[in-house]
Amino acid sequence: MTEESAPELTPLNPAWVTATRIASAIGLLPFVIGAGVLEGARLLPPGSIIVPVMLLYVFVAFIVPSRKYRHWGYTTGPDRLRIVRGYMFYRDTVVPFGRIQHIDVDQGPIDRRYDLATLTVHTAGNHNSTVALPGLTHADALAMREQIRAAIRADVI
Amino acid sequence: MTASHVPPEFASSEDERPVAGAQSHGVSSSHDTNGSGHVEGHRLDIKGLFVGFVTGLPQLVFPIFAAFFGTRGTDNPLIQLIAVGAILFFSFFFRWIGWLRFRYHVGEHDVRIESGVLSRNARSIPYERIQDVSIEQKPLARIMGLGEVKFETGGGEGEDAKLSFVSLEEADRLREVVRARKAGWVEAEAIDGNDQADMPPIFAMDGNRVFTFGLYSFSLVIFAILGGIAQQFDFLLPYDLWDISHWIGLAEKRGVSVDDLNGIGWTARLILAAGALGSLIFIGLLTGVIRTMLREHGFRLDRTAKGFRRRRGLLTLTDAVMPSHRVQAAVIQTGPIRKRRGWHALKFVSLAQDSKEESNFVAAPFATLAEIWPIANAAAIGAPDSSIRFRKGRLIWWLNGFFALVAAMIVAMIATMVFADAPLSMASRMLFVPLLLLPIWWLEWRCYGDATDASQLYVRNGWWRQSLIIAPQIKVQTIEIAQGPIARMLGLASLHFGIAGGRLEMVALPLETARKIRNAVMEKVVAVDYSAINRSP
Repeated sequence: MTEESAPELTPLNPAWVTATRIASAIGLLPFVIGAGVLEGARLLPPGSIIVPVMLLYVFVAFIVPSRKYRHWGYTTGPDRLRIVRGYMFYRDTVVPFGRIQHIDVDQGPIDRRYDLATLTVHTAGNHNSTVALPGLTHADALAMREQIRAAIRADVI
Repeated sequence: MTASHVPPEFASSEDERPVAGAQSHGVSSSHDTNGSGHVEGHRLDIKGLFVGFVTGLPQLVFPIFAAFFGTRGTDNPLIQLIAVGAILFFSFFFRWIGWLRFRYHVGEHDVRIESGVLSRNARSIPYERIQDVSIEQKPLARIMGLGEVKFETGGGEGEDAKLSFVSLEEADRLREVVRARKAGWVEAEAIDGNDQADMPPIFAMDGNRVFTFGLYSFSLVIFAILGGIAQQFDFLLPYDLWDISHWIGLAEKRGVSVDDLNGIGWTARLILAAGALGSLIFIGLLTGVIRTMLREHGFRLDRTAKGFRRRRGLLTLTDAVMPSHRVQAAVIQTGPIRKRRGWHALKFVSLAQDSKEESNFVAAPFATLAEIWPIANAAAIGAPDSSIRFRKGRLIWWLNGFFALVAAMIVAMIATMVFADAPLSMASRMLFVPLLLLPIWWLEWRCYGDATDASQLYVRNGWWRQSLIIAPQIKVQTIEIAQGPIARMLGLASLHFGIAGGRLEMVALPLETARKIRNAVMEKVVAVDYSAINRSP
């Protein structure tokens, strides 16, 4: 089972791309402002700071999220959660339901606007003790939480 | 708690009649029930106040100095004495107030500790969360028959709860009660635990063994400590310690000049150097022996009904218990020299922290493999079967570091040639650095190996500090396949296993092998009921 990664994985909700773009556009804004201030000081020939910074800004805030999106995927089995992410730094994590200590569903302000949520599971392991899965619709995240909780309870009984 | 010995049978009587039980402890008004919020409990031993005061004196050194020199200008020497006395008095007074306001209560479901003079702190530690109860006896406490009880809760955040100090009988009683409550048993087995004291230990070290261990623990840390002290207190010395010309002047006054030293023959210099080296080695060995003796004297590991009980220490006695079902993995360590004589150390990985320096529980610090395997077996961890073949990683994985360093050195070479006008012959010497380090990567590759069998994972690595980690597959929490950009090009991957209290990493695996191992381990993991492995049988 689970030999090939791509076909059987569920992709994240496409709205995640927009939400991440907005979040990183806001989060990286201080760097652009800083570059603008440096540019205003005219220490170097005009455009030598603001142009590369703006290019990097556009790349990180608008192109990277859609690339990341293509490499995210998850799948839940009857007894495990599998999360795959990253191309340059590929990570393929499996968490058995029976090892999950507690489950969080988080929703930030931008997430709420797009009805998204992040599901985070916590295990006792030192490595990967928290595994997060962003970009689920809020209803899906809650449903997954219930599914995992039911599986844990069945395990205990 | 000033009452003397309390028999362990008490644990059950409190179970049945909580109020009567508490009264037999000398607590006057224990009519609190869960509703009132205020917990009546036991006080710490009053003698502990004195021990705490004396051991806390070093912290008062600077205030006392300040008071002493601050009042030096006054005519009356009595004022100086009063100032110093006031500091000591207030230190003792605040400790006493703190002692008055400190209560602990061993309840039905938890241990509760109330403390604080102005801001009160009430802590509840549920029995299920207590990983370990350890008793520590520092020298002074030992003389007074006191012990410090520590409840280890595993969680990394915050300090563990401590009771410093209670009488030794009370410490033993607390441990028995906690152990009994945790497992939900009553006193029958607590007595059983006492009987086991007569059983032979499963591992112990005699004086000779500790001494040999000390010889292997060569340490020059004493010079660091002396240097640190000299630097801290050099203002007290009448001369400047670090002024070399002062020392030369001092020698010249006694008729020894630098020329004299230069004039002495080569043989004499060699003898001097050998003498210096010899004394350095001697001091290093002596430090190692003394430090090891202090820590490991009388090392004794017992197998009790619940787990492992370890007692050791010369001046500071420690007594720690590791429940065997909490052992998540075993680490067997050795070094290149001690390995020749067959000496290894066995440590258990768990959520609890053993000591400040060592996060894993040291079950046998210096033992032969023949002694180690039975201990590991007692924790349900087996030796690798002779039929198991350890898989080697691909050498190229380790050489990545070498190639990266060569690339960095070439960049540095070009930079020095361009900016510092260094000739090529000079700059190219930088390439010797990666070449000199090359054997280390090769050794790392040689020493790495991983294996899996039907129930366990094995990873061995390190050429200087060699270690073999053995983890039962059912204790694995998460499994991750990871690939960085270079590993991806090589078609290699790493497997990270999340283990409670530690980590296990298999590296330089072909991606397909990594997937196969993961799937096989996952089948084991999901098949086991989590609650079953976390509770004692």
